[in-house]
Amino acid sequence: MTTVDLPPPARTGRRRSLPDNGYKGMLVVVALLVAALAIWFLIAIVIQAKPAFSTLGVGWIFGKTWNPSHGQYGLLPFILGTIESTAIAVALAFPVGLGTAVALAYLVPDRLRPVLSTMVELLAAVPSVVYGLWGLIVLAPVFASTVEPFLTSVLGWTGLFDGPNRGVGLLLAGVILFIMILPTMVAISRDVLAVVPYEQVEGAMALGATRWQVLRKVVLPAARTGILGAFTLATGRALGETVAVALVIGNSPYIAHSIKSPAATIPSLIVNNFGESTGTELSALFGAGLVLLVIGILVNSAARWLVWSTGNDSAGVGIGR
Amino acid sequence: MTDVLDAPADPILERRQAVQAAAASSLRRRKLGSRLALGVCWACLLIAVIPLVAVVVYVVAKGLPAWNVDFFTQPTKPEGIAGGGVSNAIVGTVVITVIAVVVAVPFGLLCGLFLAESDGRFATTLRFTADVMTGIPSITVGIFGYIAIVRNFNAYSGFAGAFAIGFIMLPVIIRAGETAFRGVPRSLNEAAMALGARRATVARRVVVPTALPGVITGVLLAVARGLGETAPLLLTIFGNQYLQWNPSKTMEALPILIYNYSSQPYADLVQVAWGAALLLMVVVLVLSIGSRLLANHLGKVRR
Repeated sequence: MTTVDLPPPARTGRRRSLPDNGYKGMLVVVALLVAALAIWFLIAIVIQAKPAFSTLGVGWIFGKTWNPSHGQYGLLPFILGTIESTAIAVALAFPVGLGTAVALAYLVPDRLRPVLSTMVELLAAVPSVVYGLWGLIVLAPVFASTVEPFLTSVLGWTGLFDGPNRGVGLLLAGVILFIMILPTMVAISRDVLAVVPYEQVEGAMALGATRWQVLRKVVLPAARTGILGAFTLATGRALGETVAVALVIGNSPYIAHSIKSPAATIPSLIVNNFGESTGTELSALFGAGLVLLVIGILVNSAARWLVWSTGNDSAGVGIGR
Repeated sequence: MTDVLDAPADPILERRQAVQAAAASSLRRRKLGSRLALGVCWACLLIAVIPLVAVVVYVVAKGLPAWNVDFFTQPTKPEGIAGGGVSNAIVGTVVITVIAVVVAVPFGLLCGLFLAESDGRFATTLRFTADVMTGIPSITVGIFGYIAIVRNFNAYSGFAGAFAIGFIMLPVIIRAGETAFRGVPRSLNEAAMALGARRATVARRVVVPTALPGVITGVLLAVARGLGETAPLLLTIFGNQYLQWNPSKTMEALPILIYNYSSQPYADLVQVAWGAALLLMVVVLVLSIGSRLLANHLGKVRR
């Protein structure tokens, strides 16, 4: 057998490429670094929060009083404030977001659809501090003079609207959060509504169903999981929002007795007290951050799992937060 | 209709007639219900669009009067002293964002490339982690920046802010990059490999150029997101009323300035906050809209 000397393959690129295993290795190293960063993030916060749990006991999370000068670091008012403001936001965002998504996916003329979709998604791009500024300077006076008196006169009998009309408070925080999480809710719901097989829609129409019946009995049930995922993702965003809420919620360390009361959330507590804190108070703030992080990871994991299970792999990139 | 034969009625036919009769008798009610429900959906769309228009209109109307040459060229003045601008905040935001982008983009894109090429358990976990990271409360990232950088170097600094902002951008870049790289047709990869190209060459000469529109969109969206983040910066860069280019020192940034000035009792400071809000909003919206247009344009050119 004779061997022929082949010329070495010509190199066309200016730069020489890494060999295959070098290239693979580089990618793996970068991926490991990113994973290490995520783990470092988690461990760093856990370590810094540990003193709060060891000196105050686990029960400090459910203490009702936040008064650092008396050594009281109860987190309950802030946990409740976070839950309440988020509840107001999602109670508004779920129906409005779903209605908007249905309108964008099925009702709007084809020519208008991209314009309106983009407009709603741009709501997500406006920085949160701008919403806070707008809420504090523009919306708060309107709430104090018009919205809150009106709601009190109509719904005052429920007892939820006791107290003075201040403008800033839980209600305004909930409304600002509603505006901020709406694009997340709309964009993902619209995407999952749009991928419902059209044969099913046509089948229902052929049976004589009205447009609403088609949506109600065919499209919405088929898109249920994805809509739930969108809802959960929006909830996660509301839970973690910091500066917009800190500007409009009134920052009171007491448990709110009315929907108009000033309150505070875990993020607003951290951002307002961080600068002046040392010692136990600082680790209590780190502990509050850990509580928020755990809630945030749980909610977001649930949301991603729900959205992933609809096969909508990339949903939320760039639109949701 | 009478049958010639007195045959027993066809149960299927009877059932069909009953259904048709029921459908016909309820048609008016169902159509009304449908109109009402769809009307509610239209109303929802209106409710969703109004705040955007309101925010944009207000910020432009209140922010534009604050814009003048001093606004862009002078640093902030202490309260009570007239004049001054936000140049210190503009410089801080630019320096911090540039550092964050320079670090986060290469890491994010290489990690995205890894995810696009792998499907093992590690890759799935990492993908899931990146998705969860896009949603975690940004204030906790601020805490991380404080612990990791401010504590260790014993100083608030622009670097600490860039670290936190980069951390927030990273998962957005990873997932956008992965999505873009996965969109590259397999046949292109295989053709390049059949020509004897190494994987690194395939990535550099085929995958990355083909996926470029998606990559650019993702990076611009990540930058838009990073620019608006406030909470992480409040815990890391401290703020600085003087012009500071050195990121190892405390810095000012536009979101922090807006946050601090919006609750001030002085009208001129609130005015500056509106001006800064307008600047920030314009840049972020231009990036967001620009990234879409660019993606569409590049996508068309390539096809």
